[in-house]
Formats: sequence, C-alpha cells, structure tokens
Amino acid sequence: MALLLPRLREPSVIPGFGLALGFTIAALSLIVLIPLSALVLRAASIGPTGFWAIASDPRTLAALRLSFGAAFIAAAINTVLGLLLSWVLVRYRFPGRRFIDAAVDLPFALPTAVAGIAMAAVYAPNGWIGSIADKLGFKIAFTPFGVVLALVFIGLPFVVRTVQPVLEEIERDIEEISALLGASRLRTIFQVVLPQIYPALLTGATLAFARGIGEYGSVIFIAGNIPMVSEIAPLLIVIKLEEFDYQGATVIALLMLIISFVMLMLINLFQAWSRRRLGDV
Amino acid sequence: MSDIAVPRIRPSRDIASEGRAAQFVLIGIAVLFLMAFLFLPLIVVIVEGFRHGPAKFLQALADPDALAAIKLTLLVAAIAVPFNAVIGVAAAWAIAKFNFRGKNLLLTLIDLPFSVSPVISGLVYVLLFGAQSWLGPWLKANHIEIIFAVPGIVLATVFVTFPFVARELIPLMQAQGTSEEEASLTLGASSWYTFFNVTLPNIKWALLYGVLLCNARAMGEFGAVSVVSGHVRGLTNTMPLHIEILYNEFNFAAAFAVATLLAGLALLTLVLKSALEWRYADSLAAAQQH
Repeated sequence: MALLLPRLREPSVIPGFGLALGFTIAALSLIVLIPLSALVLRAASIGPTGFWAIASDPRTLAALRLSFGAAFIAAAINTVLGLLLSWVLVRYRFPGRRFIDAAVDLPFALPTAVAGIAMAAVYAPNGWIGSIADKLGFKIAFTPFGVVLALVFIGLPFVVRTVQPVLEEIERDIEEISALLGASRLRTIFQVVLPQIYPALLTGATLAFARGIGEYGSVIFIAGNIPMVSEIAPLLIVIKLEEFDYQGATVIALLMLIISFVMLMLINLFQAWSRRRLGDV
Repeated sequence: MSDIAVPRIRPSRDIASEGRAAQFVLIGIAVLFLMAFLFLPLIVVIVEGFRHGPAKFLQALADPDALAAIKLTLLVAAIAVPFNAVIGVAAAWAIAKFNFRGKNLLLTLIDLPFSVSPVISGLVYVLLFGAQSWLGPWLKANHIEIIFAVPGIVLATVFVTFPFVARELIPLMQAQGTSEEEASLTLGASSWYTFFNVTLPNIKWALLYGVLLCNARAMGEFGAVSVVSGHVRGLTNTMPLHIEILYNEFNFAAAFAVATLLAGLALLTLVLKSALEWRYADSLAAAQQH
C-alpha cells in the first residue's frame, strides 16, 4: 500500500474521491481548523511577556490545576467503577441487566446543563444526598470534591463502552486452564484476564480524562465557583470573556489545549510502547 | 426489559467464574451505585419539574421566552445535524473507500473537536468574528451579525458535533469494503445510483445512529453555545441557556420544568439508541468496535 509513495492515492474504480474529500476538507477547514488557528494566531500576537504574565497568574494556575487534577482523579475513579460495571454487565446474567446496560449511556445523552442543575440539587447542603452528608459534617457541593463528582458522572460511559466489547471477546478457555492449573479465581482475574483489557481500560480512562478537562456545563452548578478553590479553567475563560479580557481568555484556552495535547500524546506513546512490549492483544 | 431465564450452558460448578456470593455482591454494588449516581439526578429533575403540579409545569413551558428557546434549539439542530450528516457521509466515503496519503491525519483532525473544551469551541468563533477581531469592523460595517446571534450558535454547535456521524460510519464502511459498489458500477450503474441504491441501504442504520447522537448533543450543547450566544432572552437563548438563566434567578420550578423537557429528549434518545442496537446489532457491530 504505502509502497506507492509518489501517488497521492491508490487507483480505484470507485468514483467521488475528489468530491468527498474536497467537501470534507473544506468543511473541516472552515468549521474547525481556521477558527482554531485564529486562537493560536491571537495568542501569538500577545507576545511572550504578556503571555507569561497571564499564564503565571495564581488564579490561572489554580484553575488549570483544578481542571486537570479533578479530571485525573475522576478518570482514576472511573477506571475502577467502569471496570466493575463492564465486568458485571458482560459476565453476569441478572434481571434488568439490559436496562442497566442502556442506562450507562445516560450521561452521554443528558444535556450537561441538566446534569449540572440536577447534581447540584442532589448534592447541595439542602439536597437529597447533600443534606445527609451535611449532617455528617461533610460538604460535597461547592468544593473541589463536587467538581470530581460531576466529572465522574460525565466520564463513566467512556470507560464502560471501551472496556465492554474487549471483555466480551476474551476467550474463557484460558481462565479454565488457569483454574485447572491451580490458580485461585482472584489470581486468574488479576494475572490472566485483566492484562488483556489494560489497553482498553487505559483508552477509556484517557477519553474520560480528556472530556473531564474541558467539561463546563455539568460542573459549574455544583462547583460553587470560588476563585482559587473551586473555579475550573473553562469557567475562568468565560469570566475573562465577560470582562472583555480577550487576551486572558486566549492564553488560558491555548494553555489548556497545549497541556491536554501533550498529555494525550504521552498516553498514546505509552499505549504504543506497551503494545510493542506485551504484544498486540 | 429483563432477561431472567437464560439457560445455563456451562455446568453449574463453573471453574472460570466467581462464586455465587461474589457475583451477588458485585451485581449489588453495580446496581446500587447506578441507582444512586445515575438515576437520582434524573429523578430529581422530574420531581422538581413537577413539584408545583402539571399546570405550573406547562405554564413554565408556555412562557414566551421558553417557547423562543425551544424554537431556537430546534432551528439550530435542524441546521447543524443535516450539515454534519452530509459531511460525515462524505468524510466516511473518502476515508473508508479509498487509500490515500494523510488519511490518518485526516482522521485525527475530524476527531479534534472531541478533545477541545466546549468553551474553547465557542471562544474561537468569538476571536474570529467578535467585535474585537480582525473581521469585526468589516462585519459591523456590512451589518452581518455572527457573534451574539443565531449564526454563531449554529457554527459553535456544528463544531462541537462535527465528528459524531463520521465516527459511526467510518469503521462500518471500512468493514464493508468496496466490492458491492464495484459490482454495481461494473454492471453499468451510475455513481449516484450506486451510492443511493447500494451504499446508503448498507449504512442507513449506522447513519441514523450517528444522527441520533449528533442531535442529542446539538440540542443539549451548553458550553460552546453559552460563549457565543450573548444570552439575549427570547432571541439567542437555547433551551440549556434558558435553564441556566432561570436557575441563576432562583426560579427553580421553571428551570427544572425546561430541564425535564430536555431530560425527556435524553430518555427518548436512549430508548431509540437501545432499540437500534438490539434490532440492528449486526450492521452496527463494526461501528461499536472503536
């Protein structure tokens, strides 16, 4: 395939390549690429000193730390919960399984603003769960913990939907062999089954992480948005825009994009490296 | 809904499975967790929406600003979804049916909006078309309104939902290959005839699936739209933005009433999605693998 390097594409009798590709690239450029480059150009016109002044502002740093930190913790929690849910949905048969399976996608389908006000209503100090937690002396809403909770909600389907198909494909014979050879069930799970789904688990966690970094609608209602404490980076961008501080908004946006792309690239490299080392599973 | 009596094919003492007690505990944890974590917010929305009775509920929806928000949401989805469906089919056609250089790059770029924060998706249009942008003065001189107007809301929604249809179609069309189209063309059918009578029937359920997800996101998008809308009541407020305004004014009854409508949309989406998955599992299977 790739041996025909001088040709831009392989010959084919199928028509419409130019039309389809032209359409796609035109739309992609107009909708996605040109607007995104406007952001980069705008940031470039600010100059290094101005850029650094905004980037090193404690409020910016606190917001970025919260967005990335909360997204990371939420992704870690979702890895465990998502694995448990996929396991139960794939391996066990119980009444209502299909209903639960369909319900996992609820955070995908529910508009983020609706999820946001609903979670605020549940976890606020006068809410259904929040009031119980409040009596126990524990505050959920209007703290960084509320941010994590919202991101766990948003990210859960990513892990389940990535792990589920892989778990379904696993050959049960190997587990029987492992058991016949005398391994305990737990040892079989941890040393035979889980290594086969680590790549899918990491992919799902990465998707949840990436979504969590930029999440806005479901977070702002439950976060309380206290500067330096529970103010996420996307909200700080909105605040800067409302103050007509376009430079500030641009710099924070570009920082978010750069940090997330570097992180996603590192995770992809790690995935590729571990696939080479462990063999393609 | 439930599938209770699945015949056990394996012997009852299954060495490659957990004990009954362990299964019971794990299922219990999973179900309880989902109830408390996923269902509770949904139930709260509906309970709060109807707290003051159906009359108040309908009154909140019949409010002129609420009606304008519903209309705008439908209008934006009616533009953004067909646009992304056409582009999604075109992108999937180019990527799945041909081998060309830069294909992987194109795939990555199509997925790009998924890894950009919705707020940034809105911000880029403000920087491009806003009053302070390079284009701003020219747009103003020619009385073209994009930011804080409907075109900006449509653009931001298209950006956010750009990958949905293409992502569902590409793996499926790659799995289907090109032999059926080649047969049709060899037998003398025209290109468009082949597309509408050979390709489209093969991908229709995956296309519908993509359109469904795209629509749910388009109607529910909040962050991107919030940045470009300017929140002018009755003019540039979509349903999610209207909910935010009502909520911030402590008009919780009305906020949750409008939210109930959107939650209903989400439930409808889930039902249709599950129906498609069960009914057309085979033709969607390839699309589920990514």
